[in-house]
Amino acid sequence: MTIVRPYGDTTGDGMVQLSFTLPIPHDKRAEGAAVQLANKMGMDPALLVHAKPMGDEFTFFVVYGRVNHLVDTEQVQVVERDFPLLSAKEVNATIKRRLRRRLSVVGACIGTDAHTVGIDAILNLKGIAGEKGLEYYSELSVTNMGAQVSVPDLVETARERKADAVLVSQVVTQRDAHLQNTRAMSAAFREALPAGKRPLLIVGGPRFDELMAAELGVDRIFTRGTTPREVASYLVHAITGSTS
Amino acid sequence: MASKLDLDPRVVRAARRLAARAGQPVVDLARSHTTVSVERAVLRLAGVHGADQDGIPWVNRLVDAVRADVGLGHGVAVPVFHAMRSTGVDDVTVLAQKAAAGAVRFDVPGKKADAATARRAAARATGRGLKIVDRRRAERDRLIKRLGDPRQRPWIYLIVATGDIYEDIPQAQAAARAGADVIAVIRSTGQSLLDYVPEGATREGFAGTYATQENFRLMRAALDETSKELGRYVRLTNYASGLCMPEIAALAGMERLDMMLNDSMYGILFRDINPIRTFVDQRFSRQVHARAGIIINTGEDNYLTTADAVEAAHTVTVSQLLNEFFAHEAGLADWQLGLGHAFEINPEVPESFRLELAHALLARELFPDAPLKWMPPTKHMTGDVFRGNLLDGFFNLVGALTGQGILLVGMMTEAVVTPWLSDRDIALQNVRYVLTGAGNLHEDFVPAPGGFIQQRAHAVLGEAVELLEKIVDDSLLTAIAEGTFGIMKRPADRGKGLDGVARHDDDYYNPVTVALEEAP
Repeated sequence: MTIVRPYGDTTGDGMVQLSFTLPIPHDKRAEGAAVQLANKMGMDPALLVHAKPMGDEFTFFVVYGRVNHLVDTEQVQVVERDFPLLSAKEVNATIKRRLRRRLSVVGACIGTDAHTVGIDAILNLKGIAGEKGLEYYSELSVTNMGAQVSVPDLVETARERKADAVLVSQVVTQRDAHLQNTRAMSAAFREALPAGKRPLLIVGGPRFDELMAAELGVDRIFTRGTTPREVASYLVHAITGSTS
Repeated sequence: MASKLDLDPRVVRAARRLAARAGQPVVDLARSHTTVSVERAVLRLAGVHGADQDGIPWVNRLVDAVRADVGLGHGVAVPVFHAMRSTGVDDVTVLAQKAAAGAVRFDVPGKKADAATARRAAARATGRGLKIVDRRRAERDRLIKRLGDPRQRPWIYLIVATGDIYEDIPQAQAAARAGADVIAVIRSTGQSLLDYVPEGATREGFAGTYATQENFRLMRAALDETSKELGRYVRLTNYASGLCMPEIAALAGMERLDMMLNDSMYGILFRDINPIRTFVDQRFSRQVHARAGIIINTGEDNYLTTADAVEAAHTVTVSQLLNEFFAHEAGLADWQLGLGHAFEINPEVPESFRLELAHALLARELFPDAPLKWMPPTKHMTGDVFRGNLLDGFFNLVGALTGQGILLVGMMTEAVVTPWLSDRDIALQNVRYVLTGAGNLHEDFVPAPGGFIQQRAHAVLGEAVELLEKIVDDSLLTAIAEGTFGIMKRPADRGKGLDGVARHDDDYYNPVTVALEEAP
């Protein structure tokens, strides 16, 4: 089946839930306004199940209701994993065989972003969710520059370490900082190094859109839930061109 | 609270003794060094204020000028106040401006009498700054007497973080009206690594608002209004961390902030600030906090976000003991020690809730007179807001069951967005439900003798003692260099801000330290 609608408790019922706040005091009119918004969003009927004043000027609503939109799963555009997922052993073996040297990875949080949780989860030996980070891979040489690294420092370190890949983590998204920082980073690498010499540029963070890689000038975007093993597998695939 | 864990008092005493032995070399280091930020804090208390047209504070310009002429090792007080006398300038900010223009040459007076005169003048000036701090403290005492403290424990601690002080203010006031007892204004992410304190009211920050003297003043004034309206004193928190810890502490004292985040190792581990810089800055900032009647909040919660919360539980205890030692040494009293810890065990781990209870109770019983700061889950918040809200409810329950002093309200949208108005409302509803329904459950909650919780607490304390023994043998700086805390490795000769550290010369003089150390 390629055409689907949301599922509440019966196939085809189209039921969804929604919560939001309106900047108006709680009264009958406010509740009507909430229903009107839900209707305009395509919920019909919209069932206002909860309304609660927050202070004098705001009201919080929970609405359940039916939407009549259809989704065609054939029309959905996503980035599917286009490389095989390898075990640590396979990653190491492939690098040894194809590259005959250790693969150099430089990671950092750039800009003012001080949240190293993403880069650390991928790089630190500790890893995440029971999966060891890239430092665990004997054939990967990992340099973790930590937080608030300037773009010129990153480029310099990447050059020094002859990085095959540069991993940049961006968590803070206020005022689109993650997008601006990524563009600045990829531009700096383009300026500093000729095409053949440039490391693979990879950014990761919970709020990135995987489809924006080309627009941001990077080779790959990883989003929420990415594990070190996926990143390692991708590196092997992209750098050694190997499929196994 | 009567003992629920049946901890062996001999082990507890041994742990404290070890913490003192581990910490003492660091205190000695702090007592024999100064930093650019310590010296700038002295100048701020002496009355230097404002910034040049590029936004560089005059204290920075003045310290840089003194340093270029005579170095930092004498302290800036004597060269600056000697120059005041020799140039005939009577306003120390004006002197800073002249110095920045290259119109003042600093030296250390050769004659003893001249040095003594400069010392006296410096002590008079910084004494005026400390008097402001004292007046602010008395003002807080008066307001608390008149308006009262929160009616319940733990105090409810909420964060605002818009980046714009004029947006923060109504949000903070709304949060206080909705039940917050403590408002923390998170700083802009870049600030900890700035080697100066920005000036004036600010409206541009990333994931937080810059800590500036004017922002402190504006927010405190707004919360004073709200405190009156609500009939309880609403406390204000900011961050004395990063490269400008001493200066921020001085500004917080002068603007009557009530709590400050101030951890002995956070900057080293999580911001890669040089260890010596951090320990020197930290000691001075804590001395100022002690004088200002400010409650410090330490940052042990952070270790658990990088390390595993079960495996690393004892590193939290070790850090709490070290933080306590450093705090007492700097003159802080037990009621000022908001020692941190957090609910960060993976909820998939069997018995995770009982482990959390054991850890929280251990902290409570080790530090019976400290208002512990209980931090909510962040690492295992996944974006599933429904599950997150449940996790926060259990976090609140541990807080109530173990008599925590300060409860940082967890947000179900942690790891999703900076909290929305409705997120805060739902979170406070969660806290109120737990505190109303089970706020006194600690009276009935007595872990079984020899049971899981007692055993776990004893095990963590035992591991903490072992680790402290190792730290005493290897030295604390080595332990930090080797990644004992929070996995990060931080050698003492690396990290940001090292070039701002100087060893005391024999004639080092700092009128603020002198005053803070002789005060009763």
